[in-house]
Amino acid sequence: MSEERAGTAASVPDSGEPMLGLREMELNFGPQHPSTHGVLRLVLKVDGERIVSARPDIGYLHRGTEKLFETETYPMVIPHTDRLDYVAAATNNHAYCLAVEKLLALEVPKKAQYIRVLLDELQRISSHLLWLATAAIDLGAITPFFYTFREREVILDLFEDYCGARLTLNCMRIGGLLEELPPGWIERVRAFTEVFDKNIDEYEDLLTENRIWKQRTIGIGILTGEQCIEWGVTGPPLRGAGVKWDIRRAIPYECYADLDFEIPVYPNADTYDRYLVRVAELRQSRRIVLQCCDWLAKNPEGEIRGKVPRVIKPVAGDVYAAVEAPKGELGFYLVSNGSNKPYRLRVRPPSFINLQALPEMAKGHLVADLVAIIGTIDIVLGEVDR
Amino acid sequence: MNEALLYNVVIPAVKAIVSVLVVATVAGILTLIERRVLARLQVRQGPNRVGWNGALQWVADVVKLIFKEDIVPAHAESAIHFLAPILVMVPALTVYAFIPWGPEGTFRVPGLGMIRTGPYGTDVNVGLLLLVAITSIGVYGIILGGWASNSKYALMGGLRSAAQLISYEVPMGFALVAAILMSRSLSLVGIVEAQKAAHLWFIFPGLLAFFLYFVSGVAETNRIPFDLPEAESELVAGFHTEYSGFRWAVFFLSEYANMITISAIATTLFFGGWLRPFPNVAWLSFLDLVPGIVWFLLKVSVFLFVYIWFRGTFPRYRFDQLMALGWKILIPLSIGNVVLVAFAALWGIPGLKVLSVVLWVALVGGFVVLSRSTPKRRTVLAEGV
Repeated sequence: MSEERAGTAASVPDSGEPMLGLREMELNFGPQHPSTHGVLRLVLKVDGERIVSARPDIGYLHRGTEKLFETETYPMVIPHTDRLDYVAAATNNHAYCLAVEKLLALEVPKKAQYIRVLLDELQRISSHLLWLATAAIDLGAITPFFYTFREREVILDLFEDYCGARLTLNCMRIGGLLEELPPGWIERVRAFTEVFDKNIDEYEDLLTENRIWKQRTIGIGILTGEQCIEWGVTGPPLRGAGVKWDIRRAIPYECYADLDFEIPVYPNADTYDRYLVRVAELRQSRRIVLQCCDWLAKNPEGEIRGKVPRVIKPVAGDVYAAVEAPKGELGFYLVSNGSNKPYRLRVRPPSFINLQALPEMAKGHLVADLVAIIGTIDIVLGEVDR
Repeated sequence: MNEALLYNVVIPAVKAIVSVLVVATVAGILTLIERRVLARLQVRQGPNRVGWNGALQWVADVVKLIFKEDIVPAHAESAIHFLAPILVMVPALTVYAFIPWGPEGTFRVPGLGMIRTGPYGTDVNVGLLLLVAITSIGVYGIILGGWASNSKYALMGGLRSAAQLISYEVPMGFALVAAILMSRSLSLVGIVEAQKAAHLWFIFPGLLAFFLYFVSGVAETNRIPFDLPEAESELVAGFHTEYSGFRWAVFFLSEYANMITISAIATTLFFGGWLRPFPNVAWLSFLDLVPGIVWFLLKVSVFLFVYIWFRGTFPRYRFDQLMALGWKILIPLSIGNVVLVAFAALWGIPGLKVLSVVLWVALVGGFVVLSRSTPKRRTVLAEGV
């Protein structure tokens, strides 16, 4: 072990006993590691398998997206937002469009709002399914992966039929949407959602009451509600810590105020409760999708795009708009100087901010738990590094 | 031909060559079967392109692995790095000398006349003891391979396997002791004959022993849910992170050979080896038309299926939980079981029969109680702060 660093006698945080002349090992975890979900690198100091400290090292996927935004006109920014959280492009599009619409004081037609919400919730389902798949694989359960991907495939096919893309959707436009829904699409969505509840039961059969799954997740990576608020952590980690905060309810945008759904909250702030939150959100998203389908079936007529000026040149000013993305609060802070390009467009990425809590959550746990904790935060490096 | 030469050299040599070839081939085929069965559990197809429905996939894999570049990491202990796979492979194949695949019989061999022999390498009178001794050598290969690789992940995998394999040898050993007490024999052939003589498969009085043996066996073979030394999502590939090409294939093949060993021993000790079901019921004697070796292989394949089933179902234990399970649950349980079986065996076969009834009633009763008390799934959402 030539790289092993000669350190002073260190102590394990929770045992409190000094270690006699033993040294901590520095372990390079990633950027190429099966469970860092992309190119996250963690520099670990481990005492045996117990983590003394974990320092995330990010930037391996940095593409200068925020600078790139400044060189593009307002409509041209949308495809770039797809590449932030690339497994949940619809919510990225949505948050950006909301920001520009807020700056332009644009009214989005009711029908477009419902379609947007429908797309968002399908995206949330697909993002959570991907999360469930990978989080289960991280803990050694390989089978849920295939079950969730079976359903995710259906959603991606639906997206493909709507906008031609499966991941980088580019499906929203400033002031509404580009296209009408294709004929028969709503019925296909409904057919999917009707069986989806049973599919969720299948995943739960494999995991929820599984003794090993519970042993691996209960009490692991605790991040209390207070800590979440201090760190700015949002999304399922916050709701898994007993804080009822969801932008869809707290600051309703689009037609969420008219929809009937619950915000799942679990109190224990551990990996298991975050898992329960996400599974419950799958069920709630399904409810929202069904309601949107009903509304759209009843109101087939209507504009899908508001009165958008031909050249988008907002007045000088700044605005912040946020949506509840699958991973937490996704916000765009937009500064305009009156030209046709954003002067500055800053992203508030939930993955990046949630990832900050990782060293705190991992301290004192084992390497095996670290994998569970990375999984439970649900990061996408495209969004962390931008 | 000289009879001594025939029985002491030729037949053992033929058996050794045949068993190594057969085991290596079966282990290869097992990898294919595993992938296909796992695929079925996971709503997908599995390999189905090479050969008829993918039947030659394992051959393609082996050929690929042989021709792959053999990489030895810089600053690795190259001699030990080279030795480690051999150290794993040799014990994994050696144990097949003792495993009885079928009863002794007389065969007509052209040119040699009648030969009396059995489809096993040899029947050692301390077979079970020797078997435990030999299988436990394999762990050295894993530890040394992990250590010699000059990789921290490999080292951690090696250390995990050292702790794991040593802990699980103990309950496994005690489970074997229970089987020995029931059969009063250490010879694997003798154990099967004892089951025939007792009119009883030892799974009935040895329910607990079988459970302990199989759980420890899964841990010994580093399979999910106890695959911590490999633990892909944690340690990349654990002890064989730095192995590639044929050396990696040797580790891989040994794992599958060990799975077959564990299954074969479970069959021999608890499921009557090559005996047909109800070996003493006369009207079922038409089942004897099926050769013993077929019964044996059928039973073994059930266990192999269970292995694959586990892999499709369970998440992985964490290291400390694994040790807690081994030391706090399995070892006390296995010692208690030895005491229990010893008292029953003291009373002879009637004692074993009483023990069978008690254990199986307890099992069914426990199952009923547990299934009634299954916690209701939490559906009510908690209120927010």
